[in-house]
Amino acid sequence: MVEKEKNEWTDIIRANTNWFDFHLDQLWSFRDLLFLFVRRDFVSVYKQTILGPLWFFIQPVLTSLTFTFIFSGLAKISTDGLPAILFYMAGITLWTYFADCLNKTSSTFIANAGIFGKVYFPRLIMPLSVLISNLIKLGIQVLIFISIWIYFLSSSDKIHPQWQFMWFLPILVFMMAGLGLGFGVLISSLTTKYRDLTFLVGFGVQLLMYGSSVIIPISSIKTEKIKMLMLLNPLTSIIETFKYIFLGNGFLSWHYLLYSMTFMVVLLFISIIVFNKVEKSFMDTV
Amino acid sequence: MSEVVIKVESLSKQYRLGLVGTGTLVHDINIWWHKIRGKENPNLKIDATKGESNDLIWALKDINFEVKRGEVLGIIGKNGAGKSTLLKILSKVTQPATGSIKIKGRIASLLEVGTGFHPELTGRENVFLNGAIMGMTKAEIARKFDEIVDFSGVEKYIDTPVKRYSSGMYVRLAFAVAAHLEPEILIVDEVLAVGDAEFQKKCLGKMKDVSGQGRTVLFVSHNMGVISAICTKAIWLEKGIIKMNGPTEKVITTYLDPEEKQFTRTIKNEMRVRGNKAVEFFECTILNLSEAKKNFFVIGEDIRLDFLVESKTTEDVGFWLIIRDREGKPILCSHQKDYTKQNISPGRYVVSYQTNGISLLPGNYFVTAGVLNYSYTNFFEWVENCQSFEVLPAFKNGNKYDGRLGVVMQAANWEVVKHD
Repeated sequence: MVEKEKNEWTDIIRANTNWFDFHLDQLWSFRDLLFLFVRRDFVSVYKQTILGPLWFFIQPVLTSLTFTFIFSGLAKISTDGLPAILFYMAGITLWTYFADCLNKTSSTFIANAGIFGKVYFPRLIMPLSVLISNLIKLGIQVLIFISIWIYFLSSSDKIHPQWQFMWFLPILVFMMAGLGLGFGVLISSLTTKYRDLTFLVGFGVQLLMYGSSVIIPISSIKTEKIKMLMLLNPLTSIIETFKYIFLGNGFLSWHYLLYSMTFMVVLLFISIIVFNKVEKSFMDTV
Repeated sequence: MSEVVIKVESLSKQYRLGLVGTGTLVHDINIWWHKIRGKENPNLKIDATKGESNDLIWALKDINFEVKRGEVLGIIGKNGAGKSTLLKILSKVTQPATGSIKIKGRIASLLEVGTGFHPELTGRENVFLNGAIMGMTKAEIARKFDEIVDFSGVEKYIDTPVKRYSSGMYVRLAFAVAAHLEPEILIVDEVLAVGDAEFQKKCLGKMKDVSGQGRTVLFVSHNMGVISAICTKAIWLEKGIIKMNGPTEKVITTYLDPEEKQFTRTIKNEMRVRGNKAVEFFECTILNLSEAKKNFFVIGEDIRLDFLVESKTTEDVGFWLIIRDREGKPILCSHQKDYTKQNISPGRYVVSYQTNGISLLPGNYFVTAGVLNYSYTNFFEWVENCQSFEVLPAFKNGNKYDGRLGVVMQAANWEVVKHD
């Protein structure tokens, strides 16, 4: 009888909720919304621009050219003997995906306060839709990278692709997505009440880029301490692996990859718990 | 029997006043420290002696009620009574501080229509997006799409970005999506205030349809007319507490007229809307012209209202009075300034207002009165609902009211002259 009474209610709103209730079933039932958000993000970005989706191509090319000019041309930082543009392109392709995911998800609560204040749907849908719409952008950037890579592959003998590890690429993307989501969602949850952290996000992301071998190849760092510090950064091994697979420089270390993976899982776990806790009452403090 | 679909148990919600800053950080650490030691949050105690001193405000305090399937529940109360907070908790936008709500069936809330509409997307794209935000699946929306567009009346523009829509079209499309949600429980907050009259009629019809199909509606509005027309039950909230819960007519009558059948009413502070009290109202008495106290009249009978006031000013003043109907709509007004300039000196006075041939048609009426300085720049007093009366369906000559249209009758001369 008591059991039956329990099952009768379809939903119970309480003051105190379980920390580990992730509402995965709810997320699934809102999957249509997830893809509609992705569509909205993608379509609305290039509306009313003349070049339209071309901007997805132009942006990464411009960034790589800037890096080539400043770091290789002016600062003369080593690129492990590889063509500078290819080297930077390899670094920033995955990096941009991570940075975009982090930047956009880190403002989930503040940017969507209007819509969150009106209706309920699992809030996690928002950051997840960011991951997916950025995935489309990543796809375009990978295409650019691959075309430049093919050009240098045929004209230079310094590139040694590791074909046997190509299958590992989707896992790298997955790890980047997980880390971006984890950091972003955590920051988003922590900034609903005290906005101080938002001022550090832009700076932190930049610092993380210098500390993750996007620009400076890890092989060129001689100080053991700094090298260790860079390897503690869970992003370093992912970017190094990407470079290793396509270019043959960098390195692939299962130990460090496992470390990054564990880091990601723990981060995601903690940040989603915090996110779920915050989503209940953030409307009162945002 | 009809089952309970919403059960609210000892629900409370508090908000913090003021800005978020270093002060609140200290506060938060204090709460957190209590939590770690396994003690109760010190701010959550409903303790009248201590609770009032800090900067927290209870938007809802120990609310309990039940809603049965198929009921249309009206929620009434002044601004800040906690109506919207209650709906926000019900629609899971925010979490209660204590208590729980148990729900049976899918809830859809129309706290504001058009949530998530993106200006760059076309009407069609927005229908899908908005529908999905409200909890529909893509297949469901596709099935109802034609119906939605038909209801909104914007077929022609459905493939145009909504930023090019007129605001009326925008709202109509948004409401059309919401109206086709088909939830078991629908929450509506004042959405009827939008759109033109024809569209409002459509909306009301839709809400009646929803309740006719045995689904439950929770409706918040300030329009007592609409509440009494469509709600079966009503809850009256005041300062976060349920003041009354029962059949709509009964709750509305008490809400509009809390002290029924008192010929002389004392003016209480909550009736005062504004004013600096340079002239203060104390009592309001209702009588007929032969000075017999009464509060029901027949059509055409003159009414007298006596106000006991105290003045602290020597400024020239003008008293005024409004008679409102049960929906709060002003029916007529009278300003003393139009007839005379009133000198006043400190002391107590009886201000007497006597109608002169106005004839209100049958219904309940409510008196709002006040006083301004003669130049109408300063409110001294403004009291709402300080007296009420009923006009019965009969004429002075004893004839029964014949159901004629209008709100007031006016004395006039009719003349028919033969025209050659």
